[in-house]
Amino acid sequence: MTTPNAIEIAGLTKRYGTLTAVDHITFEVWRGELFGLIGPDGAGKTTLFRLLTTLLDPDEGRATVDGLDIVTQYREIRKRVGYMPGRFSLYPDLSVAENLEFFAALFGVKVEANYDLIAPIYRQIEPFRKRRAGKLSGGMKQKLALCCALIHRPSVLFLDEPTTGVDAVSRGEFWDMLFNLKRQGISILVSTPYMDEACRCDRIALCDNGHLLGIDTPAGIVAQFDEPLYALSGSDMYGLLLEARRADGVKECYPFGASHHLVVAEGFDAEAFERQLRQRGFKAVTVEPVQAGIEDVFMKLMQR
Amino acid sequence: MNDVIISVQDLCKCFGDFTAVDHITFEVRRGEIFGFLGANGAGKTTAMRMLCGLSYPTSGSGRVAGFDVMTQGEQIKRHIGYMSQRFSLYDDLTVRENIRLYAGIYGLGRYETLRRTVSVLNRLHFRSEADTLVGSLPLGWKQKLAFSVATLHRPEVVFLDEPTGGVDPVTRRQFWEMIYEAAAGGTTVFVTTHYMDEAEYCSRVSIMVDGKIEALGAPAELKREFGAESMDELFRILARGAKRSE
Repeated sequence: MTTPNAIEIAGLTKRYGTLTAVDHITFEVWRGELFGLIGPDGAGKTTLFRLLTTLLDPDEGRATVDGLDIVTQYREIRKRVGYMPGRFSLYPDLSVAENLEFFAALFGVKVEANYDLIAPIYRQIEPFRKRRAGKLSGGMKQKLALCCALIHRPSVLFLDEPTTGVDAVSRGEFWDMLFNLKRQGISILVSTPYMDEACRCDRIALCDNGHLLGIDTPAGIVAQFDEPLYALSGSDMYGLLLEARRADGVKECYPFGASHHLVVAEGFDAEAFERQLRQRGFKAVTVEPVQAGIEDVFMKLMQR
Repeated sequence: MNDVIISVQDLCKCFGDFTAVDHITFEVRRGEIFGFLGANGAGKTTAMRMLCGLSYPTSGSGRVAGFDVMTQGEQIKRHIGYMSQRFSLYDDLTVRENIRLYAGIYGLGRYETLRRTVSVLNRLHFRSEADTLVGSLPLGWKQKLAFSVATLHRPEVVFLDEPTGGVDPVTRRQFWEMIYEAAAGGTTVFVTTHYMDEAEYCSRVSIMVDGKIEALGAPAELKREFGAESMDELFRILARGAKRSE
């Protein structure tokens, strides 16, 4: 007997009136995989999460989670998955410890029984166990929500934008926790608007408007970028942005941290472009070839 | 001096025996894009609320747009724009109604309201969405509209609290181009963000750790000073030193 994939989705569709939020989506998440769902707000990510956690029924298609059908076997699925919704969904009037005990009770387990799984996370918020959840900071709420989603030792974990609004250091720590859970065999489907987090997934799916634009490893996604790309920087960055967009041979120009990225046509002469910018009065100008990242691919796919 | 729009000295805010903001001192010049960075819990929001006239400092002094932060909170509110990540627009009003509401709050006359409504709708290419409920717009659209609404009365300085949280890469860039454009037109932009690539777009940034400003300067200067490759690395170097657990 083969172990089923953690998640299998075939032609899954969900409509709200005339809007098709999830439009014939097909993919699978392998067992033990950390799978990222990357897409803008309104891409259908949350609807997909709600379908897979059996909170919504699909209009078409089918899906299984841990080998169980999301429509006919929803009761069994609910025992086996952990779900951390995008919006804070714990009880603000209950304390940290009470929330955890409440979730354990819902799933009919004792906190102690699975404490080893949540210990590395829970220890960080334990000093505040008597504080009401509503009075916690963003980072602590997120850690408590993860503990509550894990307390029944789920086999598949669903995390809907768990790090939105969280600072860079706490985000890094959160992802370290996810790796730890993955090592213990938990399959994870996570959505994020941060491209640096996308790079840390085993595989990612880019989605927009209810469709998948591509599924691959981060390296595979990056390899899809097949146009020459340059980084432009100089003293007046906004002026450079406007100037570059008017230049011949530049197809796209967008801000990219300390530089602007230029997607250019074949035969683009970077040196001539640099000279031209200097002549127009721009200072400290550099134009250098640069390796595309996931964010470049995502921008290209979305603008298509 | 006329080219300094925000200036604070030793500004403090205490809640009981907890010092949320601990003697911060800095200036923001007219037309700057000033990035106000820090980890969750570092005191950014508390500091920003004092600058916006929403709460009075425990001690210290400062002026925003020419008004005293200790005594003239109401005047400050009238002369700045403010956009919060969590709540800026009414979901159950249409795009047009939201614009009209804020125009009314800022005391614009009927003719000006009409003129600026048309101008906002055109600039955002929102004409066909004018009568759509804001609640049904995608987040990125809402944030662009919220920015336009926060600057409807042409304030000298606009405060943006995590305006791009959760927004996709394409829309985030469109948003930043609106910021660039506003700054090029002379509006001072004071902005918080957790995206370190956005920190690079700022003229200058400050980084708060445990209620204090630990670093202040242009991104390139700060990276040199701390020997960091990127703003992300710089942020990690500073924020890791934090003792305060949120």
